[in-house]
Amino acid sequence: MSAPDAVGNEIAIQAQELNVYYGSFRAIKDVSLAIKRHQITAIIGPSGCGKSTLLRALNRMNELVPTARASGQVVFLGQNIYDRDIDPVELRRRIGMVFQKPNPFPKSIFENVAWGARINGFRGDMDALVEQSLRRAALWDEVKDKLHQSGLSLSGGQQQRLCIARAIAVRPEIILMDEPASALDPIATLRIEELMQHLKENYTIVIVTHNMQQAARASDWTAVMMMDEDRAGQMIEFGETQQLFMTPRDRRTEDYITGRIG
Amino acid sequence: MPNHAIEITSGPRLLDATQGVARTSLGRRRRPAEGLIQGFLFVCGAISILTTVGIVFVLGKESLLFFASPEVDLARFFTGTTWQPAIGQFGILPLINATLMTSMMAMVVAIPLGLCVAVYLSEYASLRARGILKPILEVLAGVPTVVYGYFALSAMTPLLRSILGPNTVDIYNTASAGIVMGILILPLVSSMSEDALSAVPRSLREAAYGLGATKLETALKVVLPAALSGIAAALIVAISRAVGETMIVAIAAGAGPNLTLNPFKAAETMTGHIVRISGGDLSYDSIDYNSIFAIGLMLFLITLGLNVLSRQIVRRFREVYD
Repeated sequence: MSAPDAVGNEIAIQAQELNVYYGSFRAIKDVSLAIKRHQITAIIGPSGCGKSTLLRALNRMNELVPTARASGQVVFLGQNIYDRDIDPVELRRRIGMVFQKPNPFPKSIFENVAWGARINGFRGDMDALVEQSLRRAALWDEVKDKLHQSGLSLSGGQQQRLCIARAIAVRPEIILMDEPASALDPIATLRIEELMQHLKENYTIVIVTHNMQQAARASDWTAVMMMDEDRAGQMIEFGETQQLFMTPRDRRTEDYITGRIG
Repeated sequence: MPNHAIEITSGPRLLDATQGVARTSLGRRRRPAEGLIQGFLFVCGAISILTTVGIVFVLGKESLLFFASPEVDLARFFTGTTWQPAIGQFGILPLINATLMTSMMAMVVAIPLGLCVAVYLSEYASLRARGILKPILEVLAGVPTVVYGYFALSAMTPLLRSILGPNTVDIYNTASAGIVMGILILPLVSSMSEDALSAVPRSLREAAYGLGATKLETALKVVLPAALSGIAAALIVAISRAVGETMIVAIAAGAGPNLTLNPFKAAETMTGHIVRISGGDLSYDSIDYNSIFAIGLMLFLITLGLNVLSRQIVRRFREVYD
């Protein structure tokens, strides 16, 4: 890999001719996408076009669906993550995930953050790690006096930031976010978006969103997905967010971002 | 003629007819069927409660007769180590001891095995394996307990005797009855625990996997704690079933109130004793007859106590996920 000539040109993870099937149904078709390191990449598109499937193919979360299988490659740290000798457990430690609906464990706030680090054999100062993770997730000031209350006692927006803190505590390289703000109110959404801008200094972020304004506001790069005639999702355009929204190359992208479809 | 027809449909008569008024008003409407169903459901609920009350009443009344009789001393009843109604010895300890021993043995078998089965079925088994295993397991619960009783006596006991030697293991013993009882309640534990595990939302599992947890870590450290209240409920139902189980212990545990902590000796449980005594020619209003109810009351109190205890445990330790 050549040395990065400018910020954001180094590739963190790259899908090549990736297909994902659920049984005989092809959910995404021949997707090739290079995610830049320490940048925010948004995946947008109408519902059912395979955005989440693509995201979940990047850390093999799809495997939890019994009928799912993938073909093609996803290259991460110079290896195809679908190779036989890749351990999905280790992979998911490196590529963390934040889900659509906040899903803190029914444990204390402290335990929520410490849990992932602990199962991954973290042996340092747990108090410091929890504090650092909560600070990075912009939640520390709100919860520092109630670390031993249940994570579920927090508001929806706080829960989602707790889930982000939990993902950070494992020290991943990439954080995948599957519509992280779709269950939140506008103010909580804005906080998550601000948080993402801070996080990209240390992490590569891939976010799926059906909210075009959010992609336009918060991302550096945007991939647009669309269903073809067989209802398989394809990536129709990828580019720098500003450029893509100002001067879309594909007609369908233009139709989508101007609200004519989707 | 046509004029007339038009007048009817468009005239004011239709609008202020009672039918029209009823439609537009928000007045209370009678729904007799609704009331009928409500009444029926109430009766159903009331019947089950009344039955319980009736049972408690009969138990209490007959026990009262027992405790009030001059031959019975309340302190001796709870502390006495001999139960010999024929000679006026009413110490319930041997019976309670045998009941606890068989139940405990059953739980020692059923809890670890049942939880392992439940975790396997809910977290590991493929849909196909689950579809085959679950019904088979539930068949175990449908086997008549008398069959289990003779299985204990004619298969489990000889097995224990061949392993540990016929001198150590009596023909009738609590260990054999307890182990087989564990097999009996195994489906109860595993099936109810599996339901509790399956009810834990998928999102919690995904959260764990997303943090790089293995299947085992996810199952044991996230799913199991979240399902704890359901599992505790399953265990309590199972213990109550074990304490109340009659046929197996009547056949295989022994016939004779015997105070022993050796699981390979014969001993008679509370239920086993009730069955044996009431099976003979017992006259009403005799002290023997009343003693049965006193034992029954004790059984009832034990299961009640277990229920209360489990509620406390669950309230204290459960992880609420919604």
